[in-house]
Amino acid sequence: MTLDRPGFADPAADAQSCFRAVLDAMSRPGTVVAAGAGLCSPAPLDPATAAVLLTLVDADTPLWLDPAASAAADWVAFHCGAPQAESIKAAAFACALAMPALSGLHPGTDLAPEASATLILQVPAMGRGTPFRLSGPGLRAPAMLRLEGLPDNFAAQWAANHALYPCGVDVVLCAGEQLCALPRSVRTEET
Amino acid sequence: MNGYNFAYLDEQTKRMIRRALLKAVAIPGHQVPFGSREMPLPYGWGTGGIQVTASILGRADVLKVIDQGADDTTNAVSIRRFFARTAGVATTTRTAEASVIQTRHRIPEVPLREDQIIVYQVPQPEPLSKLEPSRAETRRMHALAEYGLMHVKLYEDIARVGAVTISYDYPVMVNGRHLMSPSPIPAFDTPKMDGMAALQLFGAGREKRIYAIPPYTAVRPLDFEDHPFRLTRAPHACALCGAGDSYLDEVVTDDRGGRMFVCSDTDFCAARQPAGAA
Repeated sequence: MTLDRPGFADPAADAQSCFRAVLDAMSRPGTVVAAGAGLCSPAPLDPATAAVLLTLVDADTPLWLDPAASAAADWVAFHCGAPQAESIKAAAFACALAMPALSGLHPGTDLAPEASATLILQVPAMGRGTPFRLSGPGLRAPAMLRLEGLPDNFAAQWAANHALYPCGVDVVLCAGEQLCALPRSVRTEET
Repeated sequence: MNGYNFAYLDEQTKRMIRRALLKAVAIPGHQVPFGSREMPLPYGWGTGGIQVTASILGRADVLKVIDQGADDTTNAVSIRRFFARTAGVATTTRTAEASVIQTRHRIPEVPLREDQIIVYQVPQPEPLSKLEPSRAETRRMHALAEYGLMHVKLYEDIARVGAVTISYDYPVMVNGRHLMSPSPIPAFDTPKMDGMAALQLFGAGREKRIYAIPPYTAVRPLDFEDHPFRLTRAPHACALCGAGDSYLDEVVTDDRGGRMFVCSDTDFCAARQPAGAA
């Protein structure tokens, strides 16, 4: 049980600052920003991961929580109140400790590409591991992002996801008290 | 302010709007439906912009609100006071000092920075609305990137009068994919959207749509190779500050045909005038 862990100490202000961090990250793909500082998150979720859940997920958004994070399920159910998605395909948000196949998440439809899922992916650390070159909206010049803990075929999976544009899945990567984001509009190249 | 949540909207509404904003940023120029709330001012007075501002605003933000470029008109004053009261945020009229700028129908003359966000009030988010009344049909046209109708409209303008006759709300292509209404800003301001360093958010309250342009995103006015987009500007200098490159308002000064042209951006104009002149 993790219900002894509180949510945000100051819900309106903490949710706002976490949202602005995610908005900033989504607007500038690959930019690493601070989020969830001071949040006493339930294991195995990092503060940034837990903060993003508190900020964006509620009763209106079916959530798929990685079985590997089931120790935090009570906490998420209590603080977010999100219905459990029947399958990962039916989830508005998927929260995972290891990247599920992007093609298994809802990509939205041609008429409503905004109905796609958002993947909240917890990774071991920011700024280490395989370097990727990012380009697209939000970036004046291509940016470099190092990512660790992604599947070997991530570049191919992302290329397939980007090819669906304007449909496609958006990803928020969280580690510790940091996060960055990959909106579907961004192109990645392994370097 | 007692009895209200921070920045007026309840937290669940903010989460809904925030989710819509993130999807809007991920699909630049695409209109995302949202559950627009009734606000304590009428539709058409910036309810969409206010809801977006309320959802992004934090205690440390400094808010500027302009209406047709001016900080001192009724709409701008009342929205600025609304957030000063409900969120307790600092407000300013200086473009450079603001972290969030809510605007009706203008983009400030001073280039915006990466650490700023501009929120546009949008009356009609659908750029095809005057050509195709059915929303079901325009959604399909956006899905298929089928924008021939708008090209025909521009062509017909050129065939009839020799030039495109759109002087404000000039349709733009965002990220090479979505046709978008830039809100009723003058065509003069349209090029400022292209590659802007600041995040641009758009809220249409009555029409219940949110859309966005991330920083450094390509925003191109729709045009033809042989009839490229052209800027129009009143051929005058500002009567107050002498600026020759700003967007001008024409002000009637008497009933004998007297006119003067002054900067529409009041902050830009005041900063250029000698101290004490304004």
